[in-house]
Amino acid sequence: MTTIVHEPTRRRGRTLGQRAGKWLPAVAVFGFGLVAWQWILPALGIERFLLPPFWDVLEAFWESRDELVRAGWITFSEALGGFALGCSLAFLFALALARWRPLGSALMPYLIAANAVPIVAFAPITNAWFGILSPWSKIVIAAVLCFFPVLVNTLRGLTSVRPESIELMRSYAARQPSVFRRVRVPNSLPFVFSALKIASVLAMIGAVVGDYFGGSTEALGVQIVQAVSLAQYEKAWAAILVASVLGIAFYASVALVERFALHWHTSTRGSAE
Amino acid sequence: MSDFVVSAERVTKTFGKGGVTALQEIDLEVGRGEFISLIGPSGCGKSTLLRVIGDLVPPTTGEILVNGKSAHRARLDRDYGIVFQAAVLYDWRTVAKNISLPLELGGWDRSRRTSRVREMVKLVELEGFEKNYPWQLSGGMQQRVSIARALSFSPALLLMDEPFGALDEMTRERLNLELLRIWAETGSTVIFVTHSISEAVFLSTRVVVMSARPGRITAVIPIDLEQPRTAETREEPRFFELVTEVREALHAGGADEVVAELEALE
Repeated sequence: MTTIVHEPTRRRGRTLGQRAGKWLPAVAVFGFGLVAWQWILPALGIERFLLPPFWDVLEAFWESRDELVRAGWITFSEALGGFALGCSLAFLFALALARWRPLGSALMPYLIAANAVPIVAFAPITNAWFGILSPWSKIVIAAVLCFFPVLVNTLRGLTSVRPESIELMRSYAARQPSVFRRVRVPNSLPFVFSALKIASVLAMIGAVVGDYFGGSTEALGVQIVQAVSLAQYEKAWAAILVASVLGIAFYASVALVERFALHWHTSTRGSAE
Repeated sequence: MSDFVVSAERVTKTFGKGGVTALQEIDLEVGRGEFISLIGPSGCGKSTLLRVIGDLVPPTTGEILVNGKSAHRARLDRDYGIVFQAAVLYDWRTVAKNISLPLELGGWDRSRRTSRVREMVKLVELEGFEKNYPWQLSGGMQQRVSIARALSFSPALLLMDEPFGALDEMTRERLNLELLRIWAETGSTVIFVTHSISEAVFLSTRVVVMSARPGRITAVIPIDLEQPRTAETREEPRFFELVTEVREALHAGGADEVVAELEALE
């Protein structure tokens, strides 16, 4: 009997030149953005207190680098703590709601409604609950911000399994924990990672905004507020830059983990096929 | 104790309160080593019958025995290997891991699993693809993985729901031959749902003709083509006679309009 064998198609080995070509437009845009910030905006008469030139911001960063890096680290730890707490609780909740469906249908409308609540509005309240200097008031805000998107997405991922997948597991006499471990949870991972990427951004927002309502003077958000009130706009922008770099790095690390964890999934394959 | 792998008695299945009758009083007995095809127009309940036999949906009334046990017991004893129209591979598992999934659930230890997977990969001729993920395989290869997975734990009964329905004609004919070879090598019993008259005749030891509204069995046609069947079997006069016989049985089932639809599909 003859069998036609198809070699699996993989296109991994792009040359360095091709890769560079792919990134070139994005790099050009980045360069143009810096040029615009440094020279074009001042030339248009944009005042320093609205947006100081890029180089001045960098100088301000360099002058207060120890202070800003420590502040960045403090706020980033709050964000990370909130992210870890909110996402793990959301994942466990989603498992429970997927396992006991009536519970899910009873709670789902409220969870979706809660997802639409502007949670940063609670930031002054958590300060009152946990103490203004405690990192917990910021961690909780970040956690609550992360919680709902992760919960809703994970639940969708756990339940949107094609029926035949479950029927097959039934035919192997698999029990519920096994169906979850081997089918529902892996099936949910693409959804979970989308949510984790959103959550990484939200956690950073939660921590910084939490700082705005008061906190240790060493935290990044507090530094921004103070710098602005003292008309140190360069320093405020430098702090914002630190927050942005941390936020992007956080997002990128989650995306990197996703690439490894979901190497079997369409979303990570690229569109070059 | 009967020697039938499947014996269905007066099985009826209605859906919903209004009671769409998907299956009406189905009697069917399948002997060990048989290859039974269920054929009929859309809505005749052939897939439902397969799911009822496999204990994936409960019958409304009637009784199904599999190896002399209730269908439920048989499912818990892992007596069924199921193949759907879509391969339903688990995307996050490699070919080898997909095939070994039922073995993991059956509590086989690692070394037995490894050697069994090697055997199955050889059986469906996918050597060299053990470490590939489903997205790296063609549709026909995916379906072969699905068949290997269904056979890996040597179930007493293989239930196949239009397994080649989504494949092109060339691949389908090749997999038909492979399936017959596997069936002969493993001595399994197969119930095979199909839309294709020629596929049913080519593969089966008996063709069960069903008709719709309500879903019922209208004819059972023994297929006396010589075993083992080869590509030439499709050119024998007897093959064409049997195809005609099945087609006429479908017509007689009062399904003229749907037979036209079936023929258009082929």
